Amino acid sequence: MGISGWLRRRGRKEEKETSSLGTDAVQKQEEPEETPAASKESGDVKQDSPRGLFARLKEGLSRTRSSFVARVDSLLSTHKRIDEELFEELEEVLIQADVGVDTTLRLVDAVREKIKAGGITDPEEVRPILRETILEILTANTAPLELPEDVPAVIMVVGVNGAGKTTTIAKLAHRFKSQGKRVILGAADTFRAAAIEQLEIWANRVGVEIVKHQPGADPAAVAFDTIQAGRARGCDVVIIDTAGRLQTKTNLMKELEKIGRVVERELQGRTPEVLLVVDATTGQNALSQAKLFSEAVSVTGVVLTKLDGTAKGGIIIAIAEELGLPVKLIGIGEAYDDLRDFDPEDFVAALFDA
Amino acid sequence: MAVFSSLAEKLQNTLGKLRGRGKLTEQDVKEALREVRLALLEADVNYKVVRDFTARVRERAVGQEVMTSLAPAHQVIKIVHEELTQLMGGSQSKLELASQPPTIIMLVGLQGAGKTTSGAKLARLLHKQGHRPLLVAADVYRPAAIKQLQVLGEQLQLPVFTLGDQVSPVDIAKAAVEHSKRYGNDILILDTAGRLHIDEELMGELRAIDEAVSPHQVLLVVDAMTGQDAVNVASSFNENLDIDGIILTKLDGDARGGAALSIKAVTGKPIKFAATSEKLDGLESFHPDRMASRILGMGDVLTLIERAEAQIDEDKAREMADKLRRADFTFEDFLEQLEQVRNMGPLDQLLDMLPGVPGMKGLRGLQVDERQFGQIEAIIKSMTVEERLRPEIIDGSRKRRIANGSGTKVQDVNRLLKQFNQTRQMLRQLGALDKKAKRRKRARPFSFFQ
Repeated sequence: MGISGWLRRRGRKEEKETSSLGTDAVQKQEEPEETPAASKESGDVKQDSPRGLFARLKEGLSRTRSSFVARVDSLLSTHKRIDEELFEELEEVLIQADVGVDTTLRLVDAVREKIKAGGITDPEEVRPILRETILEILTANTAPLELPEDVPAVIMVVGVNGAGKTTTIAKLAHRFKSQGKRVILGAADTFRAAAIEQLEIWANRVGVEIVKHQPGADPAAVAFDTIQAGRARGCDVVIIDTAGRLQTKTNLMKELEKIGRVVERELQGRTPEVLLVVDATTGQNALSQAKLFSEAVSVTGVVLTKLDGTAKGGIIIAIAEELGLPVKLIGIGEAYDDLRDFDPEDFVAALFDA
Repeated sequence: MAVFSSLAEKLQNTLGKLRGRGKLTEQDVKEALREVRLALLEADVNYKVVRDFTARVRERAVGQEVMTSLAPAHQVIKIVHEELTQLMGGSQSKLELASQPPTIIMLVGLQGAGKTTSGAKLARLLHKQGHRPLLVAADVYRPAAIKQLQVLGEQLQLPVFTLGDQVSPVDIAKAAVEHSKRYGNDILILDTAGRLHIDEELMGELRAIDEAVSPHQVLLVVDAMTGQDAVNVASSFNENLDIDGIILTKLDGDARGGAALSIKAVTGKPIKFAATSEKLDGLESFHPDRMASRILGMGDVLTLIERAEAQIDEDKAREMADKLRRADFTFEDFLEQLEQVRNMGPLDQLLDMLPGVPGMKGLRGLQVDERQFGQIEAIIKSMTVEERLRPEIIDGSRKRRIANGSGTKVQDVNRLLKQFNQTRQMLRQLGALDKKAKRRKRARPFSFFQ
């Protein structure tokens, strides 16, 4: 009933609302010293910074935090008591954060029940409860990226066009390499113009090996060759790049299925790590992506990129809540070490703590 | 699962209910609009835009206009459609070219929105219209971005201007303008680096290019899958660069495209182009009215007709229609029609544009396997001319020969023959009907859809 009540109420509130569109997130942000992508030689990814993980995470999420928390705060401070109107406005805030209608409804219902059960009357206490509820959802659906005992570990990176697959691969390769592992990349995006060159540049920068074919070659064959080469050269990690594809293109998804089959056959019963890269600015379509990619290949986790660029990031909550697919990594900036293990505690803390 | 159904489906459900009733009460409108609201929110339309939109529709719908009209349900649908169209920018907005060439078009946008690909598609489109576009590689940051543009330029056989990645984008842009004057390129398309909109430094660089060469058109490239943030992206680029229009990309996926609805409402800038395919010919003018029709499940009939007109020779079509009426439709004709339809674009896109199809449960997500077309074509081409004209002479031994010739099995040949006979049967009946209906119906040249 929440949303319908909320929808009804909108009618009355329309004249009252004064905030103009688009301005809330455009407010000037303090420039983080680590302004991304400015230096030519490093392109999208900058060199590592020694600063603390927590500080960087907070910094990366500052936009998300400021707009989201500011709204929750202003919402709570304008209410003297906990009433339906408060819940409805909470729903509004969540929907605007891309959490999605369904997840929002369940989230707010859960908060409502807790408040009822706890006999809470102070609006100030709603925030920790919302935080706790989001944390519960995220914690239930988290799994770190762990490499299997058997080498080589195989990681397939999939996703729609422009999600940030190649950059994610560069960061992953850098991470494993600095752990002393031998890494090989497979340039199985044989479709997009210059995709192979792009991956090759990254391989050179990071200092890892690469297997490539001609543009237009069978991507499954590239995957096969990469695993073979990885084995022969004693690599620890094989990372396979795939072409970006919209999840509704049946033929392209079949091609992906084939790559998946070839990889699985090569692993003889071991399951590859299949990471779905999702752009955090994506709205509800991310759910469709997660669902349809999972149908083609067994996706084992989600990488959320560009989380520093969006004002929201609520889609993380929707993906965890609706699909139970673990969020494994998040991209919060353009430096190599800005690809982080997803830690729900840190995420929610950075989201809520000023 | 409700979450994944499209906006078109949602609105069709909602408005379908309205369609079934005679008169509308205020309560009816309210209930319908609540579902419209929900559908729009699930489609990622910005929250505030949704609010304004439904308010406007309610205002118009619950007035006398509807209550006294004869078919109130249709009236509401019309209003929703009109308001949707209005929201997306009213009438179609064309690219404005400079009175004094070269026209400079600058493409800007977030990382991964599709700037480079859109640039190439735009160049192709303009080239087709008789222009001499020059693609300018001004993204010096993303690895292989220049190479990507060069490869695309090669595919299109269009020139790409680059100074490598060690020169500042501002200097590249300036040099490109000089180059275009010398080589007679009347349109420059600047492919700039992608950025996150909070990135002041690169935004500053864009402003510098803007000041240095003063582009006639600054186009913002936006991913149709963008969520609530689309309005922030659009307004922050607009504030910095005073954009002239939008290119909406990745519309061929199942994104419900709420971004399209939001952006115009927020920036006041029109959506000029829509990218509807990965292929380089997949850039079309954005027609707000057609998009609204599509969203409402009315089918994008206009686009379909336009494409059909471009592909089908009208005399031939008339000849074909005559043949159909006389029922001497042969495999030769079949092949010809097949090719015409194929030339119109991917079949699943065509299906999407037909009224009612996007809402049909069984047909949603259905993708026609284009390879089957290839098979049919191969089978027909393996027939002798006589066999094509008189399929009834095809016996067992001929079938084996045709199957061998086309690399198929006898069963495939049988299946095609059976389908063909059924089609012919049906056409015969239609032909008989058509004669009777001739006076009432306007003769349509495009027989495939008759």
